[in-house]
Amino acid sequence: MERLDRRLGALCATPMLLLLGLTFLAPLVVVAAFSIMPEKVFDLWHQPDFSAYVEVIRQGYWTSVAWALGMALVATVILFLICWPLAYAMAKVYRRFTLVLTIGVVLSLFVSENIRLFGWVLTLMKGGLIEGHLRAWFGTGFDGLLYNVPVIIFGLVYVYLPFMLFPLAQGIAMIPDDARQAAYDLGASRRRVLWEIDLPLAAPGIVVGGLLTFVLAAGAIAESKLLGGQAVIVIADDVETAFTYGQNWPLGSALAMVLIAIIGSIAIVGVSRIDLDAIMGRRR
Amino acid sequence: MNQNVILQIAGLYKRFGDFTALHSIDLKVHDGEFLAIVGPSGSGKTTLIRLFVGMDEPTDGTIWLRGQRIDTVPANQRPTCMVFQSLALFPHMTVGQNIEFPLKIRGMKPAERTARALELLDLLRLPRSYHGKRIHQCSGGERQRVALARALAFDPEILFFDEPLSALDYRLRKTLEKELKDLHARTGKTFVYITHSLEEAMAMSDRIAIMRAGKFEQIAPADDIYNRPVSRFVAEFMGEVNLFPLTVEESGAASAGSFTLPPRATARFGLVAGDPATLMVRPEYIGFVGAGTETEPDLSVRGRVLNEFNLGSRFQYEIEAEDGQRLTVETQRDERFGGAIGDTVTLGWAIDHCHVIRGE
Repeated sequence: MERLDRRLGALCATPMLLLLGLTFLAPLVVVAAFSIMPEKVFDLWHQPDFSAYVEVIRQGYWTSVAWALGMALVATVILFLICWPLAYAMAKVYRRFTLVLTIGVVLSLFVSENIRLFGWVLTLMKGGLIEGHLRAWFGTGFDGLLYNVPVIIFGLVYVYLPFMLFPLAQGIAMIPDDARQAAYDLGASRRRVLWEIDLPLAAPGIVVGGLLTFVLAAGAIAESKLLGGQAVIVIADDVETAFTYGQNWPLGSALAMVLIAIIGSIAIVGVSRIDLDAIMGRRR
Repeated sequence: MNQNVILQIAGLYKRFGDFTALHSIDLKVHDGEFLAIVGPSGSGKTTLIRLFVGMDEPTDGTIWLRGQRIDTVPANQRPTCMVFQSLALFPHMTVGQNIEFPLKIRGMKPAERTARALELLDLLRLPRSYHGKRIHQCSGGERQRVALARALAFDPEILFFDEPLSALDYRLRKTLEKELKDLHARTGKTFVYITHSLEEAMAMSDRIAIMRAGKFEQIAPADDIYNRPVSRFVAEFMGEVNLFPLTVEESGAASAGSFTLPPRATARFGLVAGDPATLMVRPEYIGFVGAGTETEPDLSVRGRVLNEFNLGSRFQYEIEAEDGQRLTVETQRDERFGGAIGDTVTLGWAIDHCHVIRGE
């Protein structure tokens, strides 16, 4: 019976495995293969070398990597600070309203990210909703609020809010109320309860939310392009340029591999640091 | 046990909307005593304990701890502490970290903390090696002890318990009851213990307070509560009982349906004609009257044996008296009824073993 169950499990997983293999793994392998091809070739039948990686270092692409990771990090931290109280309220305080809030946030995902960002462009640009009104009322305008680093980070925070909010709410929901009350009863201040009980027990949610937003934000391109203009170039932008205007697939692949390696190792460290079962004491 | 009052409450009310959970409660807890608060679920005992430790605020009334008003003091500044029904151990910490938690909050140095935690492990008879164990590696009984150790590490003025044993199996519960009573004796702390189990309360506590619908029905030592309950509710709550409504006549005699209380008995209980009263006899005081019985019992009833239950240490019988009233009788194993189900028997007991509950 148990063997049959196991076989059934494998059988059920097969379609998904095939799909993932075809759509996720295969392009990754192709990109990895292209990254070790000589410059500006469009097929894989060449002597492999690492000239593309040498080019990555020589042309100083690390600045765009640093911008992408730095802005992603700042956005993740801001998102955590914004979402913690809200997620706390959703998990522990609101009852009916949690559903309303969830639906509201999810609805925003129904509109394409680019369209929503264009909405912000119209709002923030010179002559847009804000600047235009101010000029009409007070007679003096300014240069608009677009095309700088803070507005890119604002865009990242705006777009990736659900990816922090929901895992965080899930994590907070796992904190047993009586553990909080017991800590309080044993003399801990509200701040100590937060530090000693809430944060460690919500850690799985924090890590998942943090990783999701960080990984997505680090690879994001639309925010820096639409809101940031040419203020800074992020690595994803470079990858796109290499593949399109640059017509240099090996360089684009090498850049992509570098990004994957950095983000992948961060994700692996993060995921391995949280053992969901151990944290929740569910391992028997 | 000295008679210093450590905790006093007066006129305590707690309302949730239209529902009054606690109705003008007064109580004095003596320093060093083991007080059990017993009541059926919904009687307000958990609400009461939450007010004691500060997880809720009373709607009205005052709580004093050693003469200091504490009802407005937040829970984390009260020198009291509670062992939760769920134990509320911190799952992400080791046994040692759990026990040391209140000490850490207080800012004690790590070395001192560990030393104290090890002492407490000794006190609770847990191996010192458990200091580094994870909570989920501990058994149910061990978790109880860890929760107790953590509460004792806090060194509270009063230790409150919210039915911490109710989720355990019978044997473990019995063991922990003994340990808890022993711990109370060794630490000299004041314990206030909430339970719905009469047995638990009887086994451990110095005094028992019976709660009913947000009020105390009776507060007295266990023996008094058992033998001299003030109401039918207490009598019935404290185990099996036989209750006979009495009708006191002008002659002084009182009729209980299937038997009559002689005037000397009603005089002894101070009953006069027209008083509403109920006669109570515990099942273990009633015996079978047979050929071998030498002295005539004070009171006797004839009836038919309906059923016999083997309780292990005793036998219990259900008997229907001639007027239809059901009686419960318990005997020791060596006094087991020799006859068969359906036999007609005579039951007898002494007036000394009767108790009269006044009122309706």
